Amino acid sequence: MNILSIFPAIPVLMMLGLWLSKNTRQIHAVMVTGASLLLALAVFLVFRYLGLRAEGETAEMLMTAGFVWYEPLDIRYAVGVDGISVAMILLSAIIVFTGTFASWKMTSDVKEFFIWFCLLSVGVFGFFISVDMFTMFMFYEIALIPMYLLIGVWGTGRKEYSAMKLTLMLMGGSALILIGILGIYFGAGATTMDITEIASLHNIPVSMQRIWFPIVFIGFGVLGALFPFHTWSPDGHASAPTAVSMLHAGVLMKLGGYGCFRIAMYLLPEAAQELSWIFIVLTTVSVVYGAFSACVQTDLKYINAYSSVSHCGLVLFAILMMNTTAATGAVLQMLSHGLMTALFFALIGMIYGRTHTRDIRELSGLMKIMPFLSVCYVIAGLANLGLPGLSGFVAEMTIFNGAFMENDTFHRTVTVIACTSIVITAVYILRLVGKILYGTCTNPAHLKLTDATWDERLAVTVLIVAIAGLGLAPMWMSDMINESVYPIISHILN
Amino acid sequence: MEYTIFILLLPFLSFILTGLLGTKLKPVAAGTVGTVVTGIVAALSYLTAFSYFGAGRNADGIFPVQIPWNMEWLPFGGNLHIDIGILLDPISVMMLVVISTVSLMVHIYSFGYMKGETGFQRYYSFLSLFTMSMLGLVVATNIFQMYIFWELVGVSSYLLIGFYYTRKEAIAASKKAFIVTRFADLGFLVGILIYGFYTGSFSFTPDSAVIGSARVFLPLALGLMFIGGAGKSAMFPLHIWLPDAMEGPTPVSALIHAATMVVAGVYLVARMFPLFIGYAPEVLHITAYVGAFTALYAAVVACVQSDIKRVLAFSTISQIGFMIVALGVCTSADPHEGGLGYMASMFHLFTHAMFKALLFLGAGCIIHAVHSNEMSAMGGLRKYMPVTHITFLVACLAIAGIWPLSGFFSKDEILAACFGFSPVMGWIMTAIAGLTAFYMFRLYYCIFWGRENKELHAEHKPHEAPLTMTVPLVFLAIVTLLAGWIPFGEFVSSNGQAYRIHIDWSVAATSLCVAAAGIALATWMYLREDRKIADGLASRFSGLHKAAYHRFYIDEIYQFITHRIIFACISTPVAWFDRHVVDGFMNLLAWISNKVSWMIRGMQSGYVQRYGIWFLGGALGLTIVLLLI
Repeated sequence: MNILSIFPAIPVLMMLGLWLSKNTRQIHAVMVTGASLLLALAVFLVFRYLGLRAEGETAEMLMTAGFVWYEPLDIRYAVGVDGISVAMILLSAIIVFTGTFASWKMTSDVKEFFIWFCLLSVGVFGFFISVDMFTMFMFYEIALIPMYLLIGVWGTGRKEYSAMKLTLMLMGGSALILIGILGIYFGAGATTMDITEIASLHNIPVSMQRIWFPIVFIGFGVLGALFPFHTWSPDGHASAPTAVSMLHAGVLMKLGGYGCFRIAMYLLPEAAQELSWIFIVLTTVSVVYGAFSACVQTDLKYINAYSSVSHCGLVLFAILMMNTTAATGAVLQMLSHGLMTALFFALIGMIYGRTHTRDIRELSGLMKIMPFLSVCYVIAGLANLGLPGLSGFVAEMTIFNGAFMENDTFHRTVTVIACTSIVITAVYILRLVGKILYGTCTNPAHLKLTDATWDERLAVTVLIVAIAGLGLAPMWMSDMINESVYPIISHILN
Repeated sequence: MEYTIFILLLPFLSFILTGLLGTKLKPVAAGTVGTVVTGIVAALSYLTAFSYFGAGRNADGIFPVQIPWNMEWLPFGGNLHIDIGILLDPISVMMLVVISTVSLMVHIYSFGYMKGETGFQRYYSFLSLFTMSMLGLVVATNIFQMYIFWELVGVSSYLLIGFYYTRKEAIAASKKAFIVTRFADLGFLVGILIYGFYTGSFSFTPDSAVIGSARVFLPLALGLMFIGGAGKSAMFPLHIWLPDAMEGPTPVSALIHAATMVVAGVYLVARMFPLFIGYAPEVLHITAYVGAFTALYAAVVACVQSDIKRVLAFSTISQIGFMIVALGVCTSADPHEGGLGYMASMFHLFTHAMFKALLFLGAGCIIHAVHSNEMSAMGGLRKYMPVTHITFLVACLAIAGIWPLSGFFSKDEILAACFGFSPVMGWIMTAIAGLTAFYMFRLYYCIFWGRENKELHAEHKPHEAPLTMTVPLVFLAIVTLLAGWIPFGEFVSSNGQAYRIHIDWSVAATSLCVAAAGIALATWMYLREDRKIADGLASRFSGLHKAAYHRFYIDEIYQFITHRIIFACISTPVAWFDRHVVDGFMNLLAWISNKVSWMIRGMQSGYVQRYGIWFLGGALGLTIVLLLI
C-alpha cells in the first residue's frame, strides 16, 4: 500500500475502533493511538519527502500511485504529493492530534462525536493526497457533510441555524466546483481527470476558461472565506464545538485556498491571468474588512472568525499575485493561520468551558485566575499580529514581499492596503487581550476557576511549539514549499 | 570575533529559561540569572569594543566593517532574503556598550526597586527579552533584520509597560504604545519593501549601479523608514505614547524609554546615513525640522508637568529631537564640511543614555521613598537622600550642558553643527537648550528643595534607597562626569575617518550663558519655600499653562480619531454592513427559496386532479412555445 493512502485509512480504522469501543476510556485510547500515529506518520512523510528531493527526484508529484475507479469518466483514485500538500498534511495531522485532546472532556455522545470527527479527517487527508480532480472533490464532500452534524448536534447557541447556513453555503460552493470540474474535464478533451495531466495537455480554450475560472474560484473561495461569501464563518465557528472549530478553521478553510491554487489557477492559467484583478480586489476587501469587523465584535469566537476572514483573505490575495514568492507566502500563511487559529479556538473553548461565556464584556482579569491559558492566549495573539519569531510574521512578510514584486500601480496599491491590516490586527488583538486577560476580575464566580489540566496543556503546547518552530526556523518549510510552487507558477505564467 | 554570537544568545536563553520556569524559580534566582547573563553580555561587549577599536584602522583610515556571523534566515526568491547576523562597525559597537551598560545597571537596580513585587521572575524574563532584541537591532546586518528586532523591542516594551497589568492605566498605556508604534512601523515596512524592490537587496550598502535606477524611489523609501523611526523615537506627532509609557516600572522607563529603545529611530537614520546624504539630503533636512519642532514642543510641555516621570519623559523626547536635528543638519559626509552632526548625534546619544538613565533611576529612588510620582509629595528631599540628591544634580547639570559634564560636550557639538547649517537653526536649538536647563532645574528644586510636604513626610519618613539601587546611580554619575572627555570623534564620525573634537568656544560660551540663565531663572522661581512668581505666572498665562499641561491636546485629537472616526465611523458600520447587508442577502436568498417552495408546494398536493391540470397546462404551454418558434 502506498504510504499516502495510509493517511485516510487510519481515520477509517479509528472509526471502526470507535464503533467497537465500549466506554470513554477505550474511545480515548483509540483516538490517541490513531491521532499520534497520524502525527508521527506526517512527520515521517516530511522527512521522506525531503529525502526524496535530496536524492534528486524532480517529478512534480512524488510517491504517486493509483488505479482506475470509474472508466466512463476516466476517474482514478490517484494520489501523490508535492511540498504544498506535505505541508498541509502535516498541518492536518497536528490539528487532529491537538483537537483530540481539546475535546477530552466531551461528555455527550462521545463515541458518535469522534466517529464524525474521524470521518471529517478522512475527507481532509484524502483531499490533500489526491491528484485526481474528481476524487479530490469526493473527499471534499466527505469533509463537509459531517460538519453539519457536528455543529447541529454538539454545538452551542443557535446551532441548527448556523449548521444549516454553513452547510448550505458550502454546498452551494461545491455545486459550483462540480460544474467547474466537469467543465475543465470536457474542455480538456475528456480524456483524464488527473490534474498534472490536464495541466500538461494545456488545451482548454481561453473562451471556456473565462467561464470556468470564476466558477471554480468562487466555489473554492466560499470555503476560503472570500468576501462576500464568508458569512457562514462567524456563525458557523461561533456555534461549533471546540475541536470542530479547530479543524474547520485550521484545516478546512485551507481546502479553499488549496483548491483555488491547484485547480482554478493551475488548470485555467490564461483566464486566471486575465481575471485575477477582480478577485484581487475582493481579497483585498476581505483582508481589511475582516480586520475592521473584528475590532468591534464582542464574542471571542466572532473576533477570531473575522480575523480568519482577514487572514484567509491574505492567502487568496497572495496566490493571485502569481509569483513564486507570494505563493510560497500563501502556503506559509495557510500553515501559520491553521496553527494560530486552532490555538485560538482551543483556548476559547477552554475559557468558555470554565466561564460559560464568550462575551468579552463579561470577562476580565483572567491572567490572575488561569495564568497558563492566559499566557498562551497572549502568545496566540502575538502570533496573530505578526510578531517576529512566531509563524505569522514569516508568512505575512513573504506575502508582502512577493506582492510587492508585481511592479504596477494596481498591485502596489492593493499591497499597501493589505499591509495596513497589520495595524488593525494589532488593534483588535490588544483590545481583546487588555479586556479579558488584564485588569482585575469583576465576576466573583470566576475567581474559583482552575487553570488548564494536562490534556489541555498538551494540546496547547503542541500548537505553540509548532508556531514557534515555524517562526524561528522558517527556511526548511519555505524552501520545500517554494520548490513545489515554482512549477505551478511558471505553468500559469507561460 | 565569533564570540559576539553569545551577546545575542545568552539573553535569549535567559529569557526562555526564566520565562518557562516562571514562578517555579525563586525570585532571587531569576534575578540572578538575568543579572549574571547581562553582566557577561556587558563584559563581552566591552571586549568586542576593545578588540574592534584596538585592531586599528585599515589603509583607508577607517575602522573596517566586520561581519562575524551571518546566515540566511528566510529566502524570498530572487536576490531578496532576510539574513540574521552580526555586523560590527563603530556605531554598532558603541551601541553594544551603551545598551549592555545601562541594561546591567537596570538589572542590578531592579533587585532593590522590584523587591517583593509579584511577577519578579516575569519582570527579569522580559528584561532579558528586551536586552536580546535591542542588541539584535543594533548589530543587524540588513534592514529587515533591523525590522525584526524592531518589532521585538516593541513587544518587550509593550509587555513591560503593561507589567502592572491589573492597573487600567498600565493596560491602556501599553496598548497605546504598541499601536502607535505599529502604525509608524507600517511606514517602515512599506519603506523596506520599496527599498528591497528597487535596490535588489536589504543590505545597508546596496550596489551603487542599482541605486541609479531607483533614484525617485530611494528618497521615498528612506522617508517612509523615517516614519518608523519617528514612531519609535517619539517624534511629533507620534510622540503620544511615550509619556503614557511611564506607567511601567521606573527601571524599565530608564532602560527602554530613555536610554535605548527610544533612540532606535536615531540609530536607524544614522545607519542609513550614507544613503540619506548621498541620495536624499532633502529628506534628511525634513527630519531636522521634525526634530527641532519636537524638541521645542516637548521642552515647553516639560516646563509645566507635575509628575516627575512625565517631566523626564518629555525631556527625553526633547533630547531625542536634538539628536535627530544633529543628523538632519548634515550636508555632507565629511565631518569638516558639514558632516559634524553625525558624530555629534551619536555622541549625544551616548552621553544622554547615561545621564537620562541616571535621572530615571534617581526618580525611581525618589518614588520608592515617597510612594508618589507627584512633585507635591516631594520637596526638601536632599536631607533624606544624599546620594540620590548628588547624583541627580550631576545628571541635571549634564543635561543642562554645564562644563565639564558629558552633556556639555555633546550638546556643544550639536549646536555647532546647527550653526553650521543655518544660524536660525542654531539659535532655536540654543534657546531650547536654555529651556532644558530651566525645566530640569525646576524639577530638581521641586524635588530636593522648595516647599516640603511635611505632613506626608512626617507620616512616612523618606529614606535613602538600598545599596543595590544607589550603586548604579553612583556608577552612572561617574560615567556622566567623565564621558565628555572621551575623544568620541576618534571612534565615530560621518565618513569613518578620525575626527578630532575641538570645542567652538563662541558657541560654547553662548550655550553656557543660556544654560546658566535657565538655571538662574529656575533657582529664582523654585528654590524658595513659596513659589509666588511661578504661581503668579501660571495664573496670569492660565490658558497657555493649561494647554501646555494638557500637552496641547494632542492626545485628545488622537482619542477623537481612534474612537470617533475609526471605531465609530469605520469599524461599527463595517460590522453592521456585514451582519445586515452581506449576511442579510444570504438570509434573503434562504427566505426567498423558502417562500417559493411554499408557493409551489401546491403542485405536489397528492391529488390526481391537480396533477392532471398541471400536466395539461404544461403540455399546452410547451406546444404553444414550440409552435411560436
